[in-house]
Amino acid sequence: MTLTDIPTSSSGARGPAAPYDELIEAQRVHGSLYTSPAIFADELEQIWYRTWVYVGHVSEIAEPNDYVRKNIGPQDVIMTRSADGEVHLLLNRCAHRGNLVCEADAGNSSSFRCPYHGWTYRNTGDMLGYPFHGGYGGRGKLDLGLGRVPRVGIYQGFVFGSFAPDGPTLEEHLGEAKGEIDRLVRLSPEGEVEITAGFLKHKARANWKLLAENETDGYHPQFVHASIFSVAQSGIGALYGEKSTAVTRALGNGHSENDLRPEFRRIGAPLGWFGTTEEKVPEYSAAMRARYGDAAEEILIEGAPHVMIFPNLFIAEIQMFTIQPLAANLTVQHVTAVQFKGAPEMNKRMLQQCIGSVGPAGMLLADDTEMYERNQAGVAELRPEWLDVRRGVHREEIDERGLTVGGATDETGMRGFWKHYKHLMTEGRAQ
Amino acid sequence: MTAAATAIPTDAEPTQLDVRDVEQFLYREARFADEHRYDDWEALWTQDGLYWVPANDDDADRMAKMSIIHDNRSRIATRIRQFQTGRRHSQVPHSRLRRVVSNVEILGNAENGDLEVGANFVLVESRERSNELWAGRYTYRLRVVDGAIAMSYKKVALVDNARAIATLSFLI
Ligand code: FES
Ligand SMILES: [Fe+2]
Repeated sequence: MTLTDIPTSSSGARGPAAPYDELIEAQRVHGSLYTSPAIFADELEQIWYRTWVYVGHVSEIAEPNDYVRKNIGPQDVIMTRSADGEVHLLLNRCAHRGNLVCEADAGNSSSFRCPYHGWTYRNTGDMLGYPFHGGYGGRGKLDLGLGRVPRVGIYQGFVFGSFAPDGPTLEEHLGEAKGEIDRLVRLSPEGEVEITAGFLKHKARANWKLLAENETDGYHPQFVHASIFSVAQSGIGALYGEKSTAVTRALGNGHSENDLRPEFRRIGAPLGWFGTTEEKVPEYSAAMRARYGDAAEEILIEGAPHVMIFPNLFIAEIQMFTIQPLAANLTVQHVTAVQFKGAPEMNKRMLQQCIGSVGPAGMLLADDTEMYERNQAGVAELRPEWLDVRRGVHREEIDERGLTVGGATDETGMRGFWKHYKHLMTEGRAQ
Repeated sequence: MTAAATAIPTDAEPTQLDVRDVEQFLYREARFADEHRYDDWEALWTQDGLYWVPANDDDADRMAKMSIIHDNRSRIATRIRQFQTGRRHSQVPHSRLRRVVSNVEILGNAENGDLEVGANFVLVESRERSNELWAGRYTYRLRVVDGAIAMSYKKVALVDNARAIATLSFLI
């Protein structure tokens, strides 16, 4: 399969939809990048239907023949596990006349039967059969399978798909962000996360990039979230203050993080990052110390990552978001609580804390989303045309890993995002 | 305030109420929510109140699955105090709201003796972003506290709780 075989919004490679070199400068970006339907269509081809995109987690299809409906942007993708344990990403479209073949959100089945004329497919995507076969000259005459996402990559149980038949490997794409996923899974006494709590789906009438940029924007929390910080006696606000020792780091390939470890190390309390203590979760603490020995102390002090993995996976400590772009001005955030394998005591707390924070009624995310929507309305105004992303550029440093690091409230993550975006949309375009 | 388990009247007589009184209570609760009368609305709750808006499945296991709202009494109070800061941006300015509550039906008594009541609702929300149409099924549990009807449980099963929905930061 080649890229042009994939059902995209247009046929084949085209020229750039806009002069990206002029629209993306080092310290400012043009408003039309958020509003133009032509740019959105170009992004689908050059980013969403090409680079590695996070799709789902292996724990969502734990058993042979489990499946769950996911997405890559507007594409409806069925993530399946075949009887041999392999993970497949199939497009939800019958090879006969294009009907949806799967209407359930999740289930267990070795095959899919299209309800329209009864064509059947294995959960590997291979064709099984078609009724009244005389009309095709007999059995086994057709070999029309479901569309597939040609490359499937799995890192620590996180399943990614790429519509490009070749290109960087998943590990090359993740690069320095791998270590952040490692930091998350090591908080499980069994070294694995599980995604079992189901997702809230929260609509934002805004461009997906406003969400992606906000995820590691350490400048906004004290303003957007002041209401909840003040009534919940939350320590989060201080992590994103002027005096915070936390840093913002561009991880390369458009990934970025708010590295809060300097603050958590300064506080020096195991589970302080989660606002609790070992005494309150004794079984979890014992299991962690049994598994990691002396290293457990540091793991429990440093806590979970706050990382945005380009273009659509955001891990905010105990919360996992995926960003689904549907139009230049419409995005869906899918969000769930991270659950650690072998940690029921922690999982209950993480779930309830997550529910309070995220989703349509979340005490944090309702306000972030209000900003996304007002931001979308604002960037449609004609002047002054540009969005400023210069914050902290004068105080950035290069760390020992060669990565750019800014202060806790600096726009270092956004600049890293735009650098990668610009590469993909210009010299790095699909040929 | 905390969820005081002691407030559950385990050996009290099962609550019995006239449907007219129940309706009056539901309409008042709806009006306080529509008009963002937060203190009045909060005062309708018992000390062990639970406010629940499930996601994906009306009968989901609320201790294991994501909910849109899952507030114990203490979190109800936090939600109210957040509104009262005046900086809950998704409610500044307030959404304009009006809901119709109908099909009020007394369903029986819950295990703890509270009266269980069902009702349907349709609600129009208007704000600058858009107008939104919300609809679903309410389940209440009611009991009499100090001579007045109070609610110990309000569940809101939205018809579209498995789909992508807009921000829902007002009292549904
Ligand atoms: S469209 Fe699927 S069998 Fe005809
Ligand atoms: Fe935020």
